[in-house]
Amino acid sequence: EQTEASFSVLDYKLHKLESGPSANVTVTRDDALKLYRQMQVIRRMETAAGNLYKSKAVRGFCHLYSGQEACAVGIKAAMREGDALITAYRAHGWAHLMGLSVAEILTELTGRRTGCAKGKGGSMHMYTKNFYGGNGIVGAQVPLGAGVATALKYSGSDNLCVALYGDGAANQGQIFEAYNIAKLWELPCVFVCENNKYGMGTAVERASASTDYYARGDYVPGIWVDGMDVLAVREATQFAADYCRSGKGPLVMEVETYRYSGHSMSDPGTSYRTRDEVQEIRQQRDPITNFRDRMTTSGLATAQELKEVDLGVRAEIDEGVERAKNEAELPASEAFTDIYSNTAPFMVRGCDPFTTHPSHTH
Amino acid sequence: QQMTVRDALNAALDEELGRDEKVYIMGEEVALYDGAYKVTRGLYEKYGEKRIRDTPITEMGFAGIAVGSAMAGLRPICEFMTFNFAMQAIDQVINSAAKSHYMSAGQVTVPIVFRGPNGAASGVAAQHSQCFAAWYGHCPGLKVVSPYSSEDAKGLLKTAIRDDNPVVVLENELLYGTAFDMSDEAMRDDFLVPIGKAKIEKEGTDVTLVAHSMSVQRCLEAAQQLQSEGVSAEVINMRTIRPMDEEAIVKSVKKTNHLVSVEGGWPQFGVGAEILARVMESEAFDYLDAPAVRVTGADVPMPYAASLEQASLATAANIVNTVKRLLLVENKQSVQH
Repeated sequence: EQTEASFSVLDYKLHKLESGPSANVTVTRDDALKLYRQMQVIRRMETAAGNLYKSKAVRGFCHLYSGQEACAVGIKAAMREGDALITAYRAHGWAHLMGLSVAEILTELTGRRTGCAKGKGGSMHMYTKNFYGGNGIVGAQVPLGAGVATALKYSGSDNLCVALYGDGAANQGQIFEAYNIAKLWELPCVFVCENNKYGMGTAVERASASTDYYARGDYVPGIWVDGMDVLAVREATQFAADYCRSGKGPLVMEVETYRYSGHSMSDPGTSYRTRDEVQEIRQQRDPITNFRDRMTTSGLATAQELKEVDLGVRAEIDEGVERAKNEAELPASEAFTDIYSNTAPFMVRGCDPFTTHPSHTH
Repeated sequence: QQMTVRDALNAALDEELGRDEKVYIMGEEVALYDGAYKVTRGLYEKYGEKRIRDTPITEMGFAGIAVGSAMAGLRPICEFMTFNFAMQAIDQVINSAAKSHYMSAGQVTVPIVFRGPNGAASGVAAQHSQCFAAWYGHCPGLKVVSPYSSEDAKGLLKTAIRDDNPVVVLENELLYGTAFDMSDEAMRDDFLVPIGKAKIEKEGTDVTLVAHSMSVQRCLEAAQQLQSEGVSAEVINMRTIRPMDEEAIVKSVKKTNHLVSVEGGWPQFGVGAEILARVMESEAFDYLDAPAVRVTGADVPMPYAASLEQASLATAANIVNTVKRLLLVENKQSVQH
């Protein structure tokens, strides 16, 4: 049994950086087991979310992260206590990594009172300490993330904020506004473009005049990293975090990845790409399968050990699914609370002038 | 003693910056330039670049950054050079600032102030002259205030800065240079005006005029003219757009039995439309001796030429004429408009 092993990763691409992260990455057995488990939890949780959606227990939008697990897990592994993060609407995996349990996420998806936002947020709006969403407006989370970084720098901490957006959001004007101010103010912010190749059904080449997202910060240095390799992502994030923490200001990181599911549950994901394309990536580049192979061939873990991890994950997901199906929704009176913070109680108008509700129920 | 609205706002900012290290100001030209309208004059010199920050001309970006910093514990004051430019940033104001507390079931708070001049300015045409009270007043999760006098400006802004929620402060450029009396109490650094409470600017018995910001002045002028014709108008300065002080309006209408709302904004779906609807739905309806009506800006984009602009903005004459028709007062002398 090996206690650590080294692997070579795909070369990084650098923009306005003289040197980059090491292409030879070492991982300990304990860390590898943790990374593996986290990726599996996200994969299985998303499968469960998809099934709950198909059974009509999840309403509205539901964007799955399957295929992209190495991005979130790799980034989180290089974050420090107190670092903050904000992402877009494909948020379930991140919500879990930032501290929410599978049950808190799945019950939020089904709108139950035990959900992480008591059923008021749903799929796209999940929050916990240092995790500022879950934001459903494409691109809006990027200036917000720069704002969180502003607060971190203002308070004198050496923590940073990771602000994630997709290739679809990467052409939004407010992203460039945020880059500009982040550079002017030398904000400790890592801007991460998760390039999963399609913004809804529009391939990156059809939406972006330049698909070198790591270089689109112009005066902001950037790194491209293989987003299907959790170790590469962890290494690159460590490099980016060191860069930010040293006071040099922001950095852009492009993680190139792939989404297996459609954009959302209503999208079969087949009109703008071929089934063969999806199959090929699943077979050849799957972040979990490939990492499992690395662990077993290097002797970091045995197939049997990983199977046991999988069983534990399954139990955790199953429990979450049960609760997602069986917990109650909040009483309707709670629809009228949480509008304002620290404000004297008042009567909130319901749907007719004769129906009003207290703004505070407890 | 007297103080201009500009100086009252400046005093409020200065006092709150001095009181709480988490308060900071950001916006276009707020630091080295001393503010496009000089509201932040002297603050950069006093507090330095950490607290008083110039931004590039990128409203959506800097508004988002301000909101993000509020989510993470600061208390930003985000100045918009005018609210016309805040339209670029309205997604961040509404979708990010106003809704996050609710969407997170109370976990995220956004203590932020968005402030700047609002409403018609003078001779600047359609893109730089409009009132946003109805736009922001529409949205739950926001509080919206609109000061008229120097006391309003100072007290409401200080309360807004201390509030744990997003507060939109709709000032008026044309009032910045106007001096108002300040009470001794208002000069103190602990002077606060509560959000959600209207002020009776002038008591009266025959008709209730409800307005905010610049329109309060128009109402006071109208009330004076009406007085000479034997009509006693009560003038309510709303001070807050959301939450609206319905109680003050209802109470006044029950006394005067007549209601006219006055605002600078457009008529459709406006502040006056809301006031009238609320009265219609309240017990005050039974006390009305005539239908309640609105005096508003004309239903056109703001024209440039002086005479056309004048025809698009409600004057005291519009209010006087409206009240007289409502009260069936004979025209002793024709009122020009």
